[in-house]
Amino acid sequence: MSAELDLAARVIELIRRLAGAGAQAEVVAAHSAEALTRFANSAIHQNVADATTTVRLRLHLDGRTAGGSTTVTGPAGLQALVERTIAASRLSPPDQAWPGLTPPTALRAAPAFDEATAAAGPHERADRVRDFVRAADGLETAGFCRTSYHSAGFANTAGQAVEGRSADAAMDGIARLDGADGVARRAGSRLSELDGAALGTRAAAKARAGGRPVELPPGRYEVVLEPTAVADILDNLATFGFNGKAYAQHQSFAELGVPQFDPAVTIRDEPLGATLPFDQEGTPRDTLVLVDRGTTTAVSHDRTSAAEAGAASTGHAGAASRSWGPIASNLGLAPEPGGHAAPETGEGPTAASARTLVGGVRRGLLITDFWYTRVLDQKSLVITGLTRNGVWLVEDGEVTAAVGNMRFTQSYPQALGPGAVLGVGAEAIALPDRWSGVRYTAPALHLKSWNLTGNASG
Amino acid sequence: MSVDHFDEAGTAVQAALDAGARYADARVMLRRTETMSARDGEVEDLSSDESAGIGVRALVGSSWGFYAVPDLSGAAARAAGRRAAEIAAASARVPGPAIDLVPAGAGTASWASRCEIDPLSVPLSVKGDLLVAATAAARDAGADLAEGIYQIWDTRKWFASSDGHRIDQHIRECGAGITASAYGDGEIQRRSWPSHRGQYGTRGWELVDELALTDNAARMADEARALLTAPLCPSGETTLILGGEQLALQIHESVGHAIELDRILGWEAAFAGTSWLDLDQLGTLRYGSDLMNITIDPTIPGALGSFGYDDEGSPAVKRDAVRNGRWVGVLAGRDSAAMAGLDYAGSVRADGWARLPMVRMTNVGLEPGPHTLEEIIAATDDGVMMDINRSWSIDDRRLNFQFGCEIGWEVKNGRRGRMLRNPTYTGIGPKFWQSMDMLSSESVAWGTPNCGKGQPGQIGHTGHPAAPARFTGVRVGVRG
Repeated sequence: MSAELDLAARVIELIRRLAGAGAQAEVVAAHSAEALTRFANSAIHQNVADATTTVRLRLHLDGRTAGGSTTVTGPAGLQALVERTIAASRLSPPDQAWPGLTPPTALRAAPAFDEATAAAGPHERADRVRDFVRAADGLETAGFCRTSYHSAGFANTAGQAVEGRSADAAMDGIARLDGADGVARRAGSRLSELDGAALGTRAAAKARAGGRPVELPPGRYEVVLEPTAVADILDNLATFGFNGKAYAQHQSFAELGVPQFDPAVTIRDEPLGATLPFDQEGTPRDTLVLVDRGTTTAVSHDRTSAAEAGAASTGHAGAASRSWGPIASNLGLAPEPGGHAAPETGEGPTAASARTLVGGVRRGLLITDFWYTRVLDQKSLVITGLTRNGVWLVEDGEVTAAVGNMRFTQSYPQALGPGAVLGVGAEAIALPDRWSGVRYTAPALHLKSWNLTGNASG
Repeated sequence: MSVDHFDEAGTAVQAALDAGARYADARVMLRRTETMSARDGEVEDLSSDESAGIGVRALVGSSWGFYAVPDLSGAAARAAGRRAAEIAAASARVPGPAIDLVPAGAGTASWASRCEIDPLSVPLSVKGDLLVAATAAARDAGADLAEGIYQIWDTRKWFASSDGHRIDQHIRECGAGITASAYGDGEIQRRSWPSHRGQYGTRGWELVDELALTDNAARMADEARALLTAPLCPSGETTLILGGEQLALQIHESVGHAIELDRILGWEAAFAGTSWLDLDQLGTLRYGSDLMNITIDPTIPGALGSFGYDDEGSPAVKRDAVRNGRWVGVLAGRDSAAMAGLDYAGSVRADGWARLPMVRMTNVGLEPGPHTLEEIIAATDDGVMMDINRSWSIDDRRLNFQFGCEIGWEVKNGRRGRMLRNPTYTGIGPKFWQSMDMLSSESVAWGTPNCGKGQPGQIGHTGHPAAPARFTGVRVGVRG
C-alpha cells in the first residue's frame, strides 16, 4: 500500500469514528512533486520545485454535503479536516443532487510511469534548456522544461480503494529574431524523450522564416493549422463542448449520435499513461471516444453530471467539477490513418507534421499557434483569439510570405464541421498544457475556412 | 499574532545562505479558503480548504532557485533552504546577467487588512441561505439557469529575508456574485450581478452584504430573457461608452499587464508575453488622452489588490503609472527594477507558499474624471454603451484587444435607447486610450480574483478603480 492510500484510509477511519457508520465519504490523498526550469533572454531566470501532499475529503452526511482539503497531513491536521468538514456538512443546505459513491471497481491496466522522470533533478532540466539555447544559434530564446510526479491513493466508505502513480515531462520554447517568434513544444511520459536541441532548431527555423511580415486584410482564409494550434481547439472543445455539466445544462453544442464534425475527425480522451488511472471520485479512467468519424458519441462525466444526464461517470471528476464541470484533459485528434510523416529537416517555417498539408493549399495561411482564446458564445463555441509564433501566406502549395499576427472570431465546431476538413496530418504530436498531467495529442489540420477578423492595424 | 513562524522562515534563510546563497528570503503562509456555489435555489458545492507551508528563494551568483514544502518543522525549513540554493546553482548552467536588488526598506513590521465581519465566522447556513435565495429568485423570475458563488480567503504570512526583514501580515478577502442565463434558439444570454464573476475585496462579509444579491436577481433574469430578442449590436465604427466594470477589465488587460516590468524585460516572452512598451520611452510616451491618469496603489482600503508589504518586503506605496496621458511608471520587483535602472519595487506577490513571488498587479486604476455617466450619455448623439464583461482576449504584446460584454444599449440624441445583444468591441491599446474624451467621477474599485500568470500557473488578486468613460471611433459588433 502506498503512503497516499494509507493516508486516505486513515481519514476514512476517522470519518467512521467521528461521523458514524451512516456517513458517505471519499478521500483522495495526492503527493505531487513538480519542478519547472524557466528561461528567458537565453538564460535560466526562474527555477522552481515543490513537493506537496494534499488530502481532499468529500462528505455526505444526513443528506448534506461538504468538501475540504488540507496540506497539513499529520494526525492533528487530518482530525481538523474531518471535524471541519463534518461541521460544514451539518450547516449546509440539503444536497438533492448527491450522486452516491463509486462502488468497488478495478482499475484498467496503465503503462508504468518512468522513475527517471519522476526523480529528475534541476541539472537534467537545465541541460535541456542549454541544448535549446545553443541550437537556436544566437537567437534570443525563452521557454521552460518541466518534470512532474504524482502519486495518489483513493478510498471511500463504499469500499473503493485504489492507488496510482504517473510522471510526465514537457518542454516548450520560442526563438526570436527581429520581432518574429518561432515555437516548438513537446510533452511526454519520459524526460529522456525530450530533445532540447531538436526543439531549439525548429523554433529558430520558424523565427528566421518570420521576418518582414506582410499585413493581410481580415476575411475568411483556407488554413493549415500546425499541431500547436490544433491543441487549442481540443482544449476548448474539452472545456466547453464535451463538458458533461455544460451538456446536461444545454450549454454545449454536443448532440450525441449526430454527425456534427467532418468524417475525418475522430477525437478520443486517452488518460492512461498520461495521468493518474482514476479520478477524484475513484472512478477508473479509460479511453473515451468523444467523436467517431464525425459523429459525436460521448461527453465527459463525473458522477453528478452523469446522474443529471442519465449516463454513467466516465472518470472525469475533478476537485471542482461539481461547480465547473468534468473536463477531459488528454484529448487526441486521430491522425490520417496510414499516412506517412515527413522527416523533420529543421529548416523553413513549416513543421514536418504539416508539410504535406501545406502542399495542398491553393491560397491560404499556415498558422503555428493560437493565443488568448476566449468564448464569445458557449453554445456555438464561437471563440476569439489571436495567432502567435508564426503565420505564413501559402500560394500553390508554397510558403510565399510571412504574415503579421491576426485576430480571429470563429466557431470551433463549425470549422471542423461536415465538409470543412480538407486534410488531417499523418503524425500526431503530444503537446503540453500549462498544467502538468494535461496534454493534447494533435496532428496538423487543413481546414476550408477560418474567419480572421482583425490584423495589426485593428 | 499569538503564534508566529519567523523562526522557521529564518531557519530556511540561514540554510540557504550556508549553502552558498548571497541573498535568500522565505515565506511561511497559512491560508484557509472557503467556496460555495449554488444553482437554481440549491447549494451545488461547498469546500473549505487549508494550506500551510514554506517557500524559499535563494540567489546564488546571478541565478535564482526556489523550493517549497508543506512542512513547518525546523528540519524541513533547513532542507528547503538548502534545496533552493542547489536549484539556484543548477540555474548557473545557463547563466544570465548579474543580478542586483533595489533596497526594500529592511525592518520589522506587522499589517492586517480591515475587516468588520470575519467572513469565515459567518455561519455556513447564513451564507448558503443567501446563495439559495438569490438563485431561487432569479429562477423564479424566469432564468433558465441561475448560479451564485462566494469565495473567502484568509491568509497569514511571515516573511524573513537575509536583508533583515521580519514582516507578518493577515489579509482577509471575500466576494460574491450571481448570474442568470436565458436559453434561446441556439444561443444563451446571461446577466451577472454585480459583475461577471462577482465583486471582491480585502474586506469582511460586510462587502457581500452590501452587494444585495437577492434584490438584483429578478432584474438579472429579466434582462437575460430580454436580451434573447434584442437586436444585435450593430457592426461598424462608433462612439463607445463603457460602464465601470468593463472599463476595469480594459485597464487590467491593456494597461496593467503592459506595465509589468518582467514582461517589458522579456521574462514572460514565451508564455504571458511581452509588452509593447519600451523602457526608453518611460516618461515620454503618450499612452492616452489627457484624461488618462492611472495609478498603482496597493494602499486603497478594501480593494482586492491591497496589502501592507509585498512578498519581497517592500512597503505598499502609491505611484503613478500614467499621468495626463503619459506613461511614467511600472509594476516592478527588486531584481527587475535594478535591471531596468529604476529605484522602486513593491509589486511582487506569490499565489501561496508553493509559488515563486513574481511581478503582479496590485490596484491599477483610473483616477475619476469630471463628468457623470448621465452627462456622458447626454453629450452623445450617436453611439453604443456596453457593460459587464463577457469575454476578453488580447495579444501577447497587450496591444490588439477584443472584448465582449453581457449587455449593450443604443445611445441616440443624448438618450440611452434599445437594449443590444452580443455587444463586442475591438481596438489597439494606445489608439483606444487616446480616444477617451469623457470620464465619469463615479469610480468603483472592482476586484479581479482570477488573474493568471506564471509557470507553474499562479492566480493573482488585483483591484481596478474605474468609472464609466467615453471613447470615439471604436470598432464594435465583431462577429464570427
